[in-house]
Amino acid sequence: MSADIYKEIILDYYKNPRNKGTLESPDVSVRDSNPLCGDVIEMQMKFEGDKLREIKFNGDGCAISQASASILTEMVSGKTIEEARSLDKSALLENLGSPNLGPVRIKCALLSLKVMKMGIYQHLGGSDATPSPEDLASSR
Amino acid sequence: MLETGLVSKAIDVEEIRKDFPILKRKVHDKRLVYLDNAATSQKPKQVIDTLIDYYSNYNSNIHRSVHQLAEEATQAFEAAREKTRAFINASKTDEVIFTQGTTEGLNFAASSLVSKYVKKTDSIVVTEMEHHSNFVPWQQAAKRAGAYFEIVSVDDEGFLDFSDLDNKLKGAKIFAFSESSNVLGSNLDAKELTKRAHENGALVVVDGAQSAPHMPVDVQNMDCDMFAFSSHKMLGPTGVGCLYGKRDLLASIPPFLYGGDMIKEVHRKETNWNDLPWKFEAGTSNIADVIGLGSAIDYLKRMGMSNIRRHETEICRAALEELAKFPDVEVYGPKVAENRSAAISFNVAKIHPHDVASILDEEGVAIRSGHHCAQVLMERLGVSATARASFYLYNGYDDLEALIEGLKKVRQVFQ
Repeated sequence: MSADIYKEIILDYYKNPRNKGTLESPDVSVRDSNPLCGDVIEMQMKFEGDKLREIKFNGDGCAISQASASILTEMVSGKTIEEARSLDKSALLENLGSPNLGPVRIKCALLSLKVMKMGIYQHLGGSDATPSPEDLASSR
Repeated sequence: MLETGLVSKAIDVEEIRKDFPILKRKVHDKRLVYLDNAATSQKPKQVIDTLIDYYSNYNSNIHRSVHQLAEEATQAFEAAREKTRAFINASKTDEVIFTQGTTEGLNFAASSLVSKYVKKTDSIVVTEMEHHSNFVPWQQAAKRAGAYFEIVSVDDEGFLDFSDLDNKLKGAKIFAFSESSNVLGSNLDAKELTKRAHENGALVVVDGAQSAPHMPVDVQNMDCDMFAFSSHKMLGPTGVGCLYGKRDLLASIPPFLYGGDMIKEVHRKETNWNDLPWKFEAGTSNIADVIGLGSAIDYLKRMGMSNIRRHETEICRAALEELAKFPDVEVYGPKVAENRSAAISFNVAKIHPHDVASILDEEGVAIRSGHHCAQVLMERLGVSATARASFYLYNGYDDLEALIEGLKKVRQVFQ
């Protein structure tokens, strides 16, 4: 790993986050934090049929966690619910430009994916649905 | 720019570094600058050799068998207890209980003292600057007992608010505090705090995890009732710590764990406990690492705890001066080196501490970032996390310079 975990793309999304903010009357609102680092990501989603029509995030944390959330919202916005649900962590890491983050910083990068999937499952299963461990495993 | 060629007057850093094999390694092709000592310290070859010697030459269980190896192991184990007693100046060797570390010691203290001495509507007092391990055990024990859980406020300088303290100590049964804050670096006057708590009839439990490695400790002079610390932050192995307790107090409370070595006689309906301190050391102890702790204490004693304290105060003063030159760096805790440890928490404006730490890592500089297991204090400071550079006896001015140069790099990356 070299200085280059701070790729241009991470700094860009950190400084100019896309899809940051809140939605009016979202269908779901989810939040999770990284207990070790204190990174926090909140996401709000609106659905239409089988599509994730709109997604916004809010949060507080390091450049990697926040840029990851922003990039992720762009990746899944307008996609089908199934596409969002089955999104693999490698795709997100690839888009972050950091496929080889170490075991500590990877938690920062993947918090957004976990929150997004929590939202999808909440939508699919009612208010108290939680993702199955197998499914979340792909986002850890 | 830091004045180059500064040399510590209290400690010969260059000479000491030769004892620490890990300091020879490179990280990202740079010299390792290890400034995460408040998390854990590095180990000198003397400690590492002690572990190898134990496992190579006299590995055996203690206090049980009568063969030669068992005799040697038992002798070395109990010698480490005597070294530990002298290190904190306890009056009796049987007041030294070996634990897995500070966390286990504090959990034991909270669980045993609260069930024996705290009743419904009594109060237990801690402070806002406690590490979770000296906060959560008391919070939960208070809940179980139906007792009040009071938290003394921290003032803007990083010390306790004394009027709040005096109020909360009224009628308190237990006061638990850390002698040195792992985040703010504040060194508290443990003797004075103990006196105030005792005047109110409260028992005093001191978390010494961040003080025992860095300054002389004298539990008799402090007069605290219990004192907990860890081996791994003071050059010793992980997995070992010590809980000191006044003998009469230890005699008054029941064992925490039951099992082998902690009993005297077991009958079908009742059991008699072993004498102190073994009453509190159920099961096979972490023998090698206890003996390793003894070796770490030998090392620290040779350097002199007062010299270590003076050395760290010098480095801390220089670090505070250098950090103050960055207009966008905020340093938390006391601004005067004499009143604090060399664990220095700070933030760089608009840059998350994890990013600061990652970029410093690229330069070979290891610091900590996060909430430091002190979320209540983070809330008080109004931040979610901080960066923390913490120095020890093998850190010199060249390490401080590497930190400062690294911080300049951090600003470049994020500018």
